[in-house]
Amino acid sequence: MSEAKQYKYIGTRSIRPDGYDKVTGRANYGADMSLPGMIWGKILRSPHAHAKIKSIDTTKAEALAGVLAVASYADFPSVADEVVASGEGSSNLLDLANNILAKDKVLYHGHAILAIGARTAAIAEQALGLVEIEYEVLKPVLDVNDAMAADAPVLHENMFTQGLAETPTKASNIAARQEFKMGDIEVGFAEADIIVERDFYTPTVHQGYIEPHACTASYDQDGQSMVWCSTQGHFDVRTSTAKLLNLNLNRLKVIASEIGGGFGGKTTVYLEPVALILSRKSGRPVKMIMDRDDVFKASGPGSATRNWVKIGAKKDGTITAMQALLHYEAGAFKGSPVMMGCMTAFTPYAVPNMYVEGYDVVVNKPKVAAYRAPGAPQAEYAAEMVVNEIADKLGIDPIDLRLKNAAKEGTQTIYGPKLKAVGLVECLEAAKNSPHYQAALKENQGRGVAAGFWFNVGGQSSVTLNMNPDGTGTIVEGSPDIGGSRASMQLMAAEELGMPAENLKPIIGDTENVAFSAGTGGSRTTFATGMAVIEAAQDVVRQLKERSAAVWNLTADQIEYQEGETFSGDNRMTVAEICAGAERTGGQITGRGNINARGAGPSFAVHLCDVEVDRDTGKVDVLRYTAVQDAGKAIHPSYVEGQLQGGAAQGIGWALNEEYVYSADGHMENAGFLDYRIPLASDLPMIDAIIVEVPNPFHPFGVRGVGESGIIPPLAATAYAVSQAIGLPITDLPCSPPNVLKVIQDNA
Amino acid sequence: MAKIHVNTSINGEVVEFLCEPHETLLDVLRNDLQLTGTKEGCASGDCGACSVTVNDALVCSCLVLGVEADGAEIGTIEGVSNKDQLHVIQQKFLEHAALQCGICTPGLVVSTKKLLEENPNPTEEEARYYLAGNLCRCTGYDKIIRAVLDAAETMRGAA
Ligand code: FES
Ligand code: FES
Repeated sequence: MSEAKQYKYIGTRSIRPDGYDKVTGRANYGADMSLPGMIWGKILRSPHAHAKIKSIDTTKAEALAGVLAVASYADFPSVADEVVASGEGSSNLLDLANNILAKDKVLYHGHAILAIGARTAAIAEQALGLVEIEYEVLKPVLDVNDAMAADAPVLHENMFTQGLAETPTKASNIAARQEFKMGDIEVGFAEADIIVERDFYTPTVHQGYIEPHACTASYDQDGQSMVWCSTQGHFDVRTSTAKLLNLNLNRLKVIASEIGGGFGGKTTVYLEPVALILSRKSGRPVKMIMDRDDVFKASGPGSATRNWVKIGAKKDGTITAMQALLHYEAGAFKGSPVMMGCMTAFTPYAVPNMYVEGYDVVVNKPKVAAYRAPGAPQAEYAAEMVVNEIADKLGIDPIDLRLKNAAKEGTQTIYGPKLKAVGLVECLEAAKNSPHYQAALKENQGRGVAAGFWFNVGGQSSVTLNMNPDGTGTIVEGSPDIGGSRASMQLMAAEELGMPAENLKPIIGDTENVAFSAGTGGSRTTFATGMAVIEAAQDVVRQLKERSAAVWNLTADQIEYQEGETFSGDNRMTVAEICAGAERTGGQITGRGNINARGAGPSFAVHLCDVEVDRDTGKVDVLRYTAVQDAGKAIHPSYVEGQLQGGAAQGIGWALNEEYVYSADGHMENAGFLDYRIPLASDLPMIDAIIVEVPNPFHPFGVRGVGESGIIPPLAATAYAVSQAIGLPITDLPCSPPNVLKVIQDNA
Repeated sequence: MAKIHVNTSINGEVVEFLCEPHETLLDVLRNDLQLTGTKEGCASGDCGACSVTVNDALVCSCLVLGVEADGAEIGTIEGVSNKDQLHVIQQKFLEHAALQCGICTPGLVVSTKKLLEENPNPTEEEARYYLAGNLCRCTGYDKIIRAVLDAAETMRGAA
């Protein structure tokens, strides 16, 4: 077990190996790749939220000088009605194709219809203006309530609600229903002295990565194709693109560029298959870049939701029953993360009676994609708000109330397994003991507390560790590095090999020079790919022993390895000596780690937020913020803190300002960073990050993923702080000035 | 459309290029001159990823036309470090882990350099407001601000 262990490299704040390139501008991101003869692809997008495409005429566009290719849905070879895994979810191939280039109906403002490849971006853009399309405009549905109404316009004539006792014969916008339950909520509510129930709304939000989607693709006449792109999972890009274009996996090489943020939003494909089609048809490499407007309108945001929560508790704070009804917008195609919402909503609590029902609903908005702990922030927001209200009404400190009901090792979850060792209690205690929690508040100020739970995932990762003849090594992994994970891989390999970190260089291999690895999502990389790195390092040690044994005429089990040296009796060899002599002992040394990691440890988080509200304008200022989270073991504490702080900032943005604004006819009206306002440096205080370490028993160093849990608590911590400051309940996000002012004025 | 001939200086080097009248300085830098260290996050002046200096003024290069570079002195991220020697600001960004994905970093380094030229001893609040035009979605700004203030202190000590 790792508690007592002293580490030499793990836990240090090393300089990240890819840092130099990033601070000097040398690092190459999605849009930074150019190829000889390259042309530019641009996409024509729907001006309507819901319409039938009656006809498309590209004659004039194709006649424009410099236009080299046009791509449309018809260019997909026949697409099968099958499901492919990608990122933290999966998508139906037909839906995926239909989202990438609309078949006969456009389902949201910005839905891609066709693409044009031309000598320059300006010519491509000009050609798009020459395409003639006739639409039959239909009424859009923009909210789950409208979408679920009996007479609602239906997006998909062939969609029948799944998960009901009997599948309906009438098509509707309700894609699926699911429920999770344990115990008996009726009994639980009957035991309660107090019951609080409320409806909550959370708007459509965007991950807001600063780097737009971008790729460069080249389809070669011999059928070998290449895609360079910004993605969280280049193997998933390969799977989806190859399926859509009917290619064998070995015919498509996908290179992951450096990635400028993703947060779940870069786990699927939008441009890559289109660029390859344009490349095939033009015989030229093609570059495609979304502009910011496209990113907002047509990449995958996070679901808007309408959720109802009811919780009962005894006078002493014991929670007796928890119930929720969740409605998640999926966007234009089925597949919102409502199931994750159902599974996470109440998991911070050890309560015997729970019931959660969830609906996946399609609306005329872009198809949602994963967004950091997909589905969890919305449901947990509603739950945490009600828990806080109960604490208030009972006159119990909100942290004490949570401690009384906290999930811990052995707690039964609503989704099946019992929790293994987890650190919620430790996080709550750390928050309670923090200087922040002791600090006094002034007039018009309020404090909010909230907890958050995310499962984390494991999955497949592959690593090869190639030792060089001078005893240094190259770690080739397959998980795009989105936030400094190469630094963690380097430290874990250094620890395992007892070698200086700088002697080990981690790189992200393309789909041809490392075996399949699942994408960077689900907070899996440091955990799962880290385990593959450890395994590869152990494989190297094994071979170092074998080689030494051969030299000393011993057997491998007679050899010890420590701190970069093998030894047996008086014999000693350094890694450098063994590698230098490898040509005489069987050739160079490569360590392998190919795993399907199980045992990802959940990470609980607890946040504290202090705000001040200007009662005349409704403006909310965040005064102080503390994020506490269980990292299991922080391999590189700075980047763990960074995850806590970044998650907090995104969650604060979600709570205070961020939302998609639609006109009644379904036009997105704030598709830019000026009007979709993510937090600026001047909007935030320092964010105190407190790392709690309750080791994950299933990881050699105790690691838990830390990327996602941190975005969950800020919604309720911030919104509850606002409600404390104004003395009125808050239910709908965001707490933007007009919304907060309205709450104040409606209650004046 | 006829291309326009532009004479300029980039990071102290004389540079000539031809560009279309509608091309932005950002497009020229990235697509014509292969200076891809300057990033595009929005092309509308809202994110600061494209920050450069033109005649010592900090600007969003997506809001400047390529032809406006004529006769001007342009400074980009590629000119911040001295050959193989990182600038103190770059070093501090690395030490403080002030970047996660790093797409905002070139713009932030360029802006920070300008901030510290204008105000060698900024308060936290001054730094936050000066850098408010440089969006970072990954870090929550905490480590960026610490790096900036530490760089300021180090540079004052060295001056
Ligand atoms: S690209 Fe210029 S400000 Fe965003
Ligand atoms: S580090 Fe990713 S946007 Fe700043």
